This record gives sequence, structure tokens and C-alpha cells, in this order.
Amino acid sequence: MTQHPILEIKGLHKRFADHHVLRGIDFSVAPGERVAIIGGSGSGKSTFLRCMNFMETPSEGEVWLDGTRIGTERNGRVTYPEKQLCSVRERLGMVFQQFNLFPHMTVIQNVMEGLVTVKGMPKAEARRIAEAELAKVGLSEKHDAWPGRLSGGQQQRVAIARALSMQPEVLLFDEPTSSLDPELVGEVLRVINTLAGEGRTMLLVTHELGFAYHFATKVIFLADGVFHEVGTPDEVLKNPQKPRTQDFLRRFGEFAF
Amino acid sequence: MNYTPDFSVVWANWPVLLRGLVVTIEIWLPSIAMGLAGGFLIAQARLSRRRWLSGGSLVYVELFRDTPVLIQLIWFYYAFPILVGVQLSPFAAALLGLTLNTSAYASEIFRGGIKSIHRGQMEGALAIGMSRAQAMRRVILPQVVKRMLPAFTNRTIEVAKMSSLASVISVHELMYQGRLLSSTYYRPFEILTAVAFIYLVLIYPGTFLAGRLEKHLARSS
Amino acid sequence: MTYSWDFRPVLEHFDMLALGLLNTVKIAAVSIVLGVLVGLVLAMMRLSSRRWLSWPAAVFVEFYRNTPPIVHFFWFFYAFPVLLSVSMSPYVAAVLALSTQSGAFYAEVFRGGIVSVERGQWEGGRALGMTHAALMRRVIVPQAVSRMVPPFIERSFELLKTTALASTLAYADLLYQAMLVNSETSRPPEVYTTIALMYLVLLVTASQLARLAEARLTAYQ
Repeated sequence: MTQHPILEIKGLHKRFADHHVLRGIDFSVAPGERVAIIGGSGSGKSTFLRCMNFMETPSEGEVWLDGTRIGTERNGRVTYPEKQLCSVRERLGMVFQQFNLFPHMTVIQNVMEGLVTVKGMPKAEARRIAEAELAKVGLSEKHDAWPGRLSGGQQQRVAIARALSMQPEVLLFDEPTSSLDPELVGEVLRVINTLAGEGRTMLLVTHELGFAYHFATKVIFLADGVFHEVGTPDEVLKNPQKPRTQDFLRRFGEFAF
Repeated sequence: MNYTPDFSVVWANWPVLLRGLVVTIEIWLPSIAMGLAGGFLIAQARLSRRRWLSGGSLVYVELFRDTPVLIQLIWFYYAFPILVGVQLSPFAAALLGLTLNTSAYASEIFRGGIKSIHRGQMEGALAIGMSRAQAMRRVILPQVVKRMLPAFTNRTIEVAKMSSLASVISVHELMYQGRLLSSTYYRPFEILTAVAFIYLVLIYPGTFLAGRLEKHLARSS
Repeated sequence: MTYSWDFRPVLEHFDMLALGLLNTVKIAAVSIVLGVLVGLVLAMMRLSSRRWLSWPAAVFVEFYRNTPPIVHFFWFFYAFPVLLSVSMSPYVAAVLALSTQSGAFYAEVFRGGIVSVERGQWEGGRALGMTHAALMRRVIVPQAVSRMVPPFIERSFELLKTTALASTLAYADLLYQAMLVNSETSRPPEVYTTIALMYLVLLVTASQLARLAEARLTAYQ
């Protein structure tokens, strides 16, 4: 890795009450990298992802975006001004397990919302971009539908279009297919795959190990709040060195590479 | 604000307030007990297949819910005795008004609770040869009571608050004594504030309990 | 029942009752508007993460929920003026009592609506880079409002009934006017039955109108 990292994490800890979820993580992503994060439930993989755009506030540690430290440190205490967090989140797109579309807005309004409200773009221009993003995820004919009327797979594709509309520098996917019926998983993974082909920087928390193998340039196995094993998909998924990783992969059973 | 409150008047008249509180409880608890019993009967009538029963009870419920309770008390004190030709003491009129009012609200709680039980439960009980009354007692009510508990607790709180309106028809309960004392000693701030706090102490445990019950039920379902 | 009804004396004084009805509607409308303002401020305070803001608001709300309305009327009419050494008209005291009371309940309605919006909606907006204010305005409040409508209507309906207590301060509302008519005609059954029906018509009309408004405001769901 010769390139200067777009996103860098140093010494990250996260505690919830007396539960120590993340226990010291160092991590960096170079532009164009695609990282798959795997691990058992409760391993802290979602929390880790959510610390990047401050959906969770880190208990300890530093987050750097494109060479800038996020937050201001004073007397050993770090505070995160709202203005700074907003601009960080504007640059990092996130796709949630539960979609989190706005039910009181139509599909196109959902995709336009960030452009109009956050970027202050004129509506006509926002609409043009939103239409293009919806075409990309194959939902051109659903512009004026209410999200509640769409299937889970369609809702998740709208959510991806909403994240893409902001032209984010990094895309964060938090188990994007975990709440979908099995027959709807494919359509969402195909869209994510298309994005991979465009050379975008992406982080994906997933249980779909087969997809992770083809998708990722780097795989991280998280256990007990630390990076237990890190490497290429072949190294981690096919020839894991550590017993814990081997055990995890065995329990997940056969998956098609 | 240069008024200096002097609460000694409250301590000096503590027995009077306490007597008022006893009368408040004497209206409150019987009204809620009889109101629940009446409400159960009215709920049965509301759910009856006989039109005159269900229609009549609907009119009853709406009459009591869609008029101010103060009007009801005044009506039972000033109008009702003339119509039936009997003397009613203020206490009896208040008890009658609050009981009938509580019956109307309680019947809606019962009805909602009973309707929320799946029809299959009644059918299952009837299918093994139970009478409707047996099915109600053995199968439906035990399931319903737990679900209705928060609503009943809330109703109990409301009746405690309503009982203060009996002061308007000169029942010698807490609010009445408070008004009397505050005009006698011309210390309305101290006395009315004390009365408010006595009500708070009386009612707050119920609110607290209702909140806990609701949380508990939300978790267990 | 041998009482012979005669509504003519009451109907002769109907203009007095009509004025009372008008005053009842007026005080209810003013108190709803002011109550909404009080409720908004209290709800924002309660939702704040700063303890010195949320705590006093919680105490205020709990105090009102756990004390009878009539205490508030008398407190504002007799106690409050002593404290500030000002004089207080029945109208102002009644409006203060009604709007602080309903404000306390409205605060819970508003807060409940905001809190009921799922966490995912906050996260969805935040992840786009929205500020707290923009998120509230564009995402949370629009969804919360439609959920606030039914309990808001219920509370306003209760307020409309509670206005009858203003008569105890000699504010010329429907009940107070009825008492005047009664002292002129000495026909309590006719007078109090008439105003009970007037309240019934007023409240049923109000709830029908509210239901229409509710259907419109909650259309998208």
C-alpha cells in the first residue's frame, strides 16, 4: 500500500456501559480498496463500522479522514462538533441493515433529500442526479412509490441510491442483506458488485462469505473486539492460519466461492 | 415578589385537612369499586346481541363520556332528587354521579379487553360444553384482566381527581376543607398549595404503578 | 315519577345560555392555543439532554398529572395573586389553569410522538450529513405529527370538558349561566338537563370535526 489512506483509525476502543466491545483497533483504507468485515454476532463488527461515521462515538482512539483528525481535543477530552460530523457523514455514505428510508417521502424524494437539505442543491438538479442513481440500481419505474410499498430488496436498492447520490468518497455497508428474504439477497448483491467494478472505496460488514470472497480486496475477521486475522480473501477465507478463524468458517459451513 | 409565606396555618389546621382527606377516600374507593362492577355489567350489555341492550348501553356510555363530570354531579344533586322525589345528601349524590361515570369508562376498558381476546378462545370453551358465563369466568377474564390493569389504574387515578369536584356540591372532602380554610384565614397560598401536595401524595403512587405496569406488560408481550 | 316537565321558563332565558356556550367555546379555544405553546416548550425541555432543563419540565408535568384540575383553578384565582400581589380576573385565572394543565399533557403527547420515531430514522438522516435541526424538521417531526394527532385530540376533548370548572370562579361559561338561569326560574331539572344536552351536542360536534381533521392529517399512512 503506497497510497495515502482515505480513512484511518488509531487505537479505537468502544465501551457500552460495562461492556467493552472494541478493544484497540488500528486500521486504514486506501482509495479503491474493498474491505469485507466478518465475524460472529456480538463480535463488534457493526459497531466498528458505525464508529467510522460516528453513528457511535468512539470511547477512545482517533479517526482520520483524508489526513484530517476528526474531533477536537482539549484537556485530554475529545469533543465532536456537529458541523464537523455532518461534513464527515456527507463524505461517507452508509447503507443500513434496516434500510432506514424515510416513510413519509416518495422514493425519489428520499434520494433527493440529502442533495437538497445537506448540499443545498436546487431541486431540478437534485432530481436529475436522483433519477440517474435510481436508474443505476434498476428502479427507474418506482420514482413516485412510497417506500412502504416496495419489497425489502427494492427498499435496500433505494437506500443505496440515496447513499450514492451524495457522491461519497467511501461507502459503508452494515449487513445490507441480513434482513432480506433469501430470494431478494441476489438483487442487492448484484448492485453492490456493480459498484465494486467502478473502483469505489467500500467497507462491507456481512455474513455472505461467498460474496465477500469475490467482492473484497481485503478480509478482516473480527473476534472479541480485535482484528483476529487480516489478509486477502484467499488467505483469510481459504487458508485461515488461526484456529478461531478456522472454527468460525467451519461453523458457517459450505459456501460457494 | 415580597410575599412571605407562613405555613403554620397549615399545621394548625392539619386535623381539618385530614378529615377532608378521609371523606375524599370515602368517595373515591367506593366509586371506583362500584364503578368497576357496574362497568362490567354494562360491557356485557354492550357486547350483547340484543339490539336494545347494546344500543341502550352505548347511549349510556356516550352520555357520561361526552358531558363534563361536574355537570353530572350537579345534575344528580339538584335535578335528580326533584325528579324522583327523594332527598339526596351531597355525599350520596357525589357517590351516585361518580359511580355511574366510572361505570361508563370502565365498561369501555372491559369491552376493549374482552374484544382483544381471540374469538377462538370463546369458541374453544363453548366447544367443550361450557356456558357463556363459565367461558367468561374461566377462560376470557383471566386472560383479559392482566392486559386491562394499566387502564384500570389510570381510571382509579382519574376518579381520585374527580372526587375533588364533590366540593362544588358541598361534600366536606379535602378540596372543600381547603377552600373553607383559605377563606377563613385568608392564607390561600399556603392552604391551597398544601392541598395540592396532599393530592399529589395520594395520587402519585397510582401514576407510578400504572407506568411500571405498562412497561412490564410491554416487555412481557 | 310525577314531575311535570316544563321547559318554557328555560327557553325564555335561552339567550343567557347561548352566551354561556359562546364563552365556553372561547375559553377552550384560547386555552388550547396557549396550552400548545406551553406544551411545546415543556416537550423541548424534556427532550433536552441537559438535566437542568429536562428535570424541571418533568417535575412540572408530573405535578399537573397528579393533582386535580379544580385545585389549579383555585390556586390561580386565590393563591397566585397573593404571591404576586396582583389582582386576577376569573377569566385570566381560568385560562392560566387550563393552559398550564393542558400544556403539561400536550407536552407528553409531543414528546411521545418524537420518541416514537424509530432510531433508524435518526441514523438514516445523520448518515446523510443532516444537522440535528434539519433532521428534526425534515424527518422526525413530519412523522411524529401524524402520531400525535389522536392523543392530541383526546386531550383537547378533555380540556373542553374541564372548562366547566371555570364556573366555580364565576366566569360566565355555560354552567355558570345555567346557575343564573336556575336561580331565576327555580327549575333545576329543566335547566341542568338542557345544558347537559348542550354540552353533549358541543362535545359530539367537536369530536366529529376532530375525526375529520384526523383523517386528513394522517392520510399518508
